Amino acid sequence: MSDASTSNGPVLAADGTPLKRSLARSLRMQKTRALLLIAPLLVFVLITFIAPIADMLFRSVENQIVSDTLPETTIALRGWDPKGEDLPDEAVFEALFNDMQLATERKRHTSLGTRLNYEQVGISSLFRQSGRKIKDIGEVWQDQFEDLDAFWKKGENWAELLGTESWVASAKDWKKADGAQPRFQARADVAAALPQTLAAYQDFADFTQLEDNKALYKEDPWGKVYVALHADLNASADVSALTGPGADVLKAAAIAAPGFETVSYRDAFIDIHDGWAKLDNWRAIQTYAASYTPGYFLNAVDMQIGPDGAEARPENQQIYIRLFGRTLYMSLVITFACIALGYPVAWLLANLPMRTANLLMILVLLPFWTSLLVRTSAWKVMLQQQGVINDVLVWLGMVAEDGRLVMINNQTGTIIAMTHILLPFMILPMYSVMQTIPPTYLRAAKSLGATNWTAFWRVYFPQTIPGIGAGSILVFILAIGYYITPAIVGGTTGVFISDRIAYHISSSLNWGLGAALGAILLVVVLILYWAYDRIVGIDNVKLGG
Amino acid sequence: MNISSTLGPKLSAQATRQKRGAILADGSSQDAFVEFERVQKSYDGENLVVKDLNLAMPRGEFLTMLGPSGSGKTTCLMMLAGFETATHGDIRLGGESINNIPPHKRGIGMVFQNYALFPHMTVAENLSFPLEVRKMAKSEREKKVKRALDMVQMGAFGGRRPAQLSGGQQQRIALARALVFEAELVLIDEPLGALDKQLREHMQFEIKRIADNLGITVVYVTHDQTEALTMSDRVAVFDDGRIQQLAPPDLLYEAPENSFVAQFIGENNTLEGVIEQIKGDTCLVKLDNGDLIDAKPVNVTKAGERTRVSIRPERVEFNKDRLSPDAHLLKATVKEFIYMGDIFRTRISVAGNDDFIIKTRNAPDQVRLEPGAEIEIGWLAQDCRALDA
Ligand SMILES: Nc1ncnc2c1ncn2[C@@H]1O[C@H](COP(=O)(O)OP(=O)(O)O)[C@@H](O)[C@H]1O
Ligand SMILES: [Mg+2]
Repeated sequence: MSDASTSNGPVLAADGTPLKRSLARSLRMQKTRALLLIAPLLVFVLITFIAPIADMLFRSVENQIVSDTLPETTIALRGWDPKGEDLPDEAVFEALFNDMQLATERKRHTSLGTRLNYEQVGISSLFRQSGRKIKDIGEVWQDQFEDLDAFWKKGENWAELLGTESWVASAKDWKKADGAQPRFQARADVAAALPQTLAAYQDFADFTQLEDNKALYKEDPWGKVYVALHADLNASADVSALTGPGADVLKAAAIAAPGFETVSYRDAFIDIHDGWAKLDNWRAIQTYAASYTPGYFLNAVDMQIGPDGAEARPENQQIYIRLFGRTLYMSLVITFACIALGYPVAWLLANLPMRTANLLMILVLLPFWTSLLVRTSAWKVMLQQQGVINDVLVWLGMVAEDGRLVMINNQTGTIIAMTHILLPFMILPMYSVMQTIPPTYLRAAKSLGATNWTAFWRVYFPQTIPGIGAGSILVFILAIGYYITPAIVGGTTGVFISDRIAYHISSSLNWGLGAALGAILLVVVLILYWAYDRIVGIDNVKLGG
Repeated sequence: MNISSTLGPKLSAQATRQKRGAILADGSSQDAFVEFERVQKSYDGENLVVKDLNLAMPRGEFLTMLGPSGSGKTTCLMMLAGFETATHGDIRLGGESINNIPPHKRGIGMVFQNYALFPHMTVAENLSFPLEVRKMAKSEREKKVKRALDMVQMGAFGGRRPAQLSGGQQQRIALARALVFEAELVLIDEPLGALDKQLREHMQFEIKRIADNLGITVVYVTHDQTEALTMSDRVAVFDDGRIQQLAPPDLLYEAPENSFVAQFIGENNTLEGVIEQIKGDTCLVKLDNGDLIDAKPVNVTKAGERTRVSIRPERVEFNKDRLSPDAHLLKATVKEFIYMGDIFRTRISVAGNDDFIIKTRNAPDQVRLEPGAEIEIGWLAQDCRALDA
């Protein structure tokens, strides 16, 4: 028989490679090719669909602005007890001075103020005013150095004092047109003698060269550098051995420094704005110092972070839970209204002769060809108290002249208009399912002895459930996030949660809260979807035959 | 299914048919169970789909409506079931007119062409449905469902969904559902069209066996003549909205009353000519090429009339010894010889007809005709039927 090699060794393909490997290779090639084929679509879907949702979810917890803008302060604040009655200590205020100096240069302090203002009303003006006046604090030191010697007034002098000769030579005549600016290089001996000064100057140099892109050589340093120099000299830095430009002036300053007048940062800040003396402001900064916060989500469910963790907001500030409830309830009402109205229409569509059915289909689709705004506004005209419907009812004598119905700017208006607008999304899936149910089923049921009603209820209706399910999911999900129609006809009692989301996205610019509200909406939809899957089964959803 | 069990019902069917002979002879018997009287049907007000239907069936009969597609068979069935109303005429069930009785009160079992098993119910639920709408107690329902499933040998499938069954199994379930509520009349519309040949033959026997065992009356619709011939007590051949002939299968095959039936049932040779003379139950036909042949006049009445004569391939004889000496013979040329195992099929050219077929049994002494051979053919006068042209 055919020898042992075939039964023992691996089966070989025609070219001698093991069959398994060559099969795997050909399958891999197929997969790669298939993947390449759908790649553009995949990228498109990722960019336009997945990415925005991911971004929204991220924004709803992201809170890096505090720790980014006030890095030293947030670290220094860790030791402070927010439940106590004391303000943070001087070290915190010093860190705040350093942070604010950079933040003001970067013009970040106002956005931080806006962000914290969501949590603590009034904090935005605190940051705005402090930014404007932050220079005043540094000037206490700066003025004394400058009074001592005019040398300290000029940025060039600072650059030559602290930079290496070769860097000074190359940076001296640098202009923007020359391209990249030569990066600041510190003199080793100065750096050893004045470590704090160099650190402060390095911060200033990085910002000037990298972010501002101005010639560092000519820039006058920030107040922070003067403060640092004073601190170095006061810490009895050894400057006696230094030579080079400005060495003499420095030695003179070293002698004068201990006699300088200084201020407490805390007093200086409180002087700028008394908000810095308020414990609540400091608590807000500390609470929201973390990079990620549950604050937006808590806010979205009418809660807040208190000293003892999450707590309910005061009664008069609770709006979102009620809005979510109303949104869900009204979406359900709209979905059921759509089922009730759509079912007979879909049945007619599926059972009328071709010609009539086509005409009816055009009527069903007609709303799609009209602007959403026009349709909604039309309802406004129809439903108002002096509108067509009320006129007809009064004319028919069903409603008294002084008892005209209020059907607009309330929940009734929203339900009527949205049912009309979403009806096609219910009818079409129902129709496409009903179309696939042959009339013989009804006949069979009747021949088995069922009355018209029994035949419908026991045989026809169960087979249309997939269509009802598909339509309901579609309508409910559309309704729960609908914005324009409730905004136009809903008044104050008929608006949905979407109204608040839009408000936070476009008016209050509290994107984090808007994103949190949106994320909750998404989760609610997913939960309902899951529940539907458990109860009815998602395989039972059919959008078409 | 083994031979004996298929033969059993077949024989008993034969017996019942003989018993009913008297009723069958004239359709308008007093104890007819199903009766169509002068029934007409039009869907559009312009064309009559059913032109003039008269039919009477005794209790227990298995009647097949056979005819080409579009000849109105389904329409007749639907009128009987109550899903279409007759434009004119009377339909009676058990002596009572049912024109105004809605379908669900007629108590007629029906098997639809595509089975129409409810897809959202299990097999058992499908069968239980007609019993539930009749408000039957649960225990009784279960008993009847089980009996019906056992009857179609599907006892183990009660829990399945129709989609999980093969075509033949669905067919059995559809049949069981039509029978489970003990309908006396069952209508079956082309049930076997979607099945393969072997399964189809098997199901034919099965349906027939069950119908005979239960003694129910069956109206069966098909366009397959073999099916009609093997299953039925009587066959109604439909064409153009009329019953062309209503007769037991053997009569239908051997004594077609017009050329449509002769053409439609079985294989058939035709020759055209004019009646030369009629003598009792034989006549002389002069074919278009001048040759004379013997035939039996069926629906021709006088000499000079044009006629189309019909003769079955297996009744054509080319061995002169087996024919009477005074029989008229025709000269023919062999065109083609086909060996088909049990029979030989020879195509010959005779009297201007190139598609004249002779079938002979494959016996040890049988002659195999060579293509090109010149032969003479003839037949017994009663095997050759002179019909309408
Ligand atoms: N619902 C209907 N509306 C109009 N014409 C129909 C309808 N049903 C059947 N017909 C016509 O009636 C004729 C007979 O149909 P049918 O009874 O189904 O024939 P069969 O079952 O013998 O094939 C056909 O010409 C068909 O087109
Ligand atoms: Mg038909």
